[in-house]
Amino acid sequence: MAIAMQLLGLDFNLSFLSADMISHQYAGTDVKVLNNLTLPIHENEFFTLLGPSGCGKTTMLRVLAGFEVPTSGRVLLDGQDIVKIPPWKRPVNTVFQNYALFPHLSILRNVTFGLRMRGLSRAERHKAANEALALVRLEDFVNRMPSDLSGGQQQRVALARALACKPRLLLLDEPLSALDYKLRKEMQGELKRIQRETGTTFVFVTHDQEEALAMSDRIAVMRQGQLEQVGPPSDIYDRPATSFVAGFIGDSNLLPAVPGADGRLHLAGGVDLGVAGQQPAQVMIRPEALKISPDGPLSGRVADLVYSGAATRFSVTLEDGSGTVQIQQASASTSGISVGDHVSVAFDPKQLWVLAA
Amino acid sequence: MISATQKQRRFGLAMPAVLFIAVLMGGPMLIMVFVSLVERAPDGGVVWGRFTTAAYTQFFYEENLLGEMSFNTDYMQIYLRSIYLSGFTVLATFVVGFPTAMYIAMQEPRRRALLIFFLSLPFWVNLLVRNYAWLLLLRANGLLDQVLMGLWITSEPLNILYTNTAIAIGLTYSFLPLMVLPVYAAMEKFDFSLVEAAFDLGANRVQALLHVIFPGVKGGIIAGCLLVFIPCLGSYVTPVLLGGSKSLMIGNLIQAQFSAARNWPFGAALAFVLLLMVIMAAALRAVLLRGRNRREL
Repeated sequence: MAIAMQLLGLDFNLSFLSADMISHQYAGTDVKVLNNLTLPIHENEFFTLLGPSGCGKTTMLRVLAGFEVPTSGRVLLDGQDIVKIPPWKRPVNTVFQNYALFPHLSILRNVTFGLRMRGLSRAERHKAANEALALVRLEDFVNRMPSDLSGGQQQRVALARALACKPRLLLLDEPLSALDYKLRKEMQGELKRIQRETGTTFVFVTHDQEEALAMSDRIAVMRQGQLEQVGPPSDIYDRPATSFVAGFIGDSNLLPAVPGADGRLHLAGGVDLGVAGQQPAQVMIRPEALKISPDGPLSGRVADLVYSGAATRFSVTLEDGSGTVQIQQASASTSGISVGDHVSVAFDPKQLWVLAA
Repeated sequence: MISATQKQRRFGLAMPAVLFIAVLMGGPMLIMVFVSLVERAPDGGVVWGRFTTAAYTQFFYEENLLGEMSFNTDYMQIYLRSIYLSGFTVLATFVVGFPTAMYIAMQEPRRRALLIFFLSLPFWVNLLVRNYAWLLLLRANGLLDQVLMGLWITSEPLNILYTNTAIAIGLTYSFLPLMVLPVYAAMEKFDFSLVEAAFDLGANRVQALLHVIFPGVKGGIIAGCLLVFIPCLGSYVTPVLLGGSKSLMIGNLIQAQFSAARNWPFGAALAFVLLLMVIMAAALRAVLLRGRNRREL
């Protein structure tokens, strides 16, 4: 099989970086934190590992950094297995969740640390450090100590410190989780810009699906040490592979559907969904794809509504017994609707996504 | 900001300790300095009120039977030996104690407490008894010699007892916990994720130790070195038991002046020089730590 793939030029190794069948179990435990995980990562891409806490995404990052040697599996960088190579010999750098800046060193000495360890000359070190600090817009901070800086600034220094080493691969372990909302939004844009400007491959770990969708070229959704789906953000959002992905990424309504005599899927109450299907299935509809309108085929009662400025979010209990659906709609078009009202709900069959039941 | 009255009240909390130290430590020290500056009485004790610096002159010069003064290095040699032995003890306790402290700090909290308890166990036995045990181990044909000869490592007794080596072994053993405890205390607060960051940035194990761990626990290392060095300089029991009469240290010399030699002013002068050395060591610590504090501001 492998030989055939090589002959066809489809060799797995052609990927810039690939984690190949990684399994990991921490000593003294019987839980597999990673279970046969395979991730191909392309050069120069912003790749995100996304999943709930405890899904193994941070462990996967530690395997890539070299802090953990997996129980089994290979990590191929440019076709070479690096699993046994210690972290200090890998062309990989990490931005840690708590930044891990050296408190006894100035910002300049922090940023030049990696270059000093590699024996670069003072002039080379300072040049690289100034470039890296310019990239994160902290040129004027060289002589400060880490404790003088705010969280957001420390974050940038951690980024500059890692980038100064010109890594082939930059790992980021939930780097934005400690920042407040506004700063987080700002740093998302900054990270994206820096990734584009440096052309470095970023592997970003987060549990925040919104952050993942906003920043990534591709996302890998993980659950209990296994891969659920890999793909561009729009694929993950619009065409989730499993009901877990559908539920984890954004809000979604999952409704049970059964095939009718006409070869199309119907809801429990008989409403024709307008999509073909031969098997019982689950149908995913995003809240923004549902609409309260007088001519809708579904009917229900408003159980709850939350007004949030431009949009209003409704919980509507369907009368056919399919359950309660979330609807998000522009506030302007729903004025006058209140809890307990009887409403009709419309949907666009093109915005339905069918998942195996 | 706290008000002046609050400050006064807080100082009140420290008053018992301040009074205790001022009266029971500062007082005797002043008396000691005074004694070192007066004439000796022939049968011990001093002649109050007759000032002389003879005691300090005696440290450098000796007077022969003809009344001529000649330079004498005997006492300085004892001081140098004390400094040298104390310095060696600091080094030895550091080499043994640093990895120990690091090991303890890397255990889970409950296990740490147990290990620290084990570390303090020797304190439960009197220092004299512990040093006496070393005497039995190190003496000619003692346990150490028997084991080494039994293993065909040596063919005859090593004759370690009553040498500087025996004192160094005894001091290292006695003062090891005083090195481990402060280093451990600093290590416990040290963020070991910084070591991972160092590895990640290309530092190997030795580089991570030198550039990240040592600076991170510098305060603990300096405190440990001082806590070993200062009492070591003035140690008395260990050199008496393990050093015999050939290897005196400062403590033994001072004791001899107050008892056998009946020369109180000279004993007091020797003690005052020792005190100056301790103060210098403490000042060195302040200098070493100041560089760091300034940058941390």
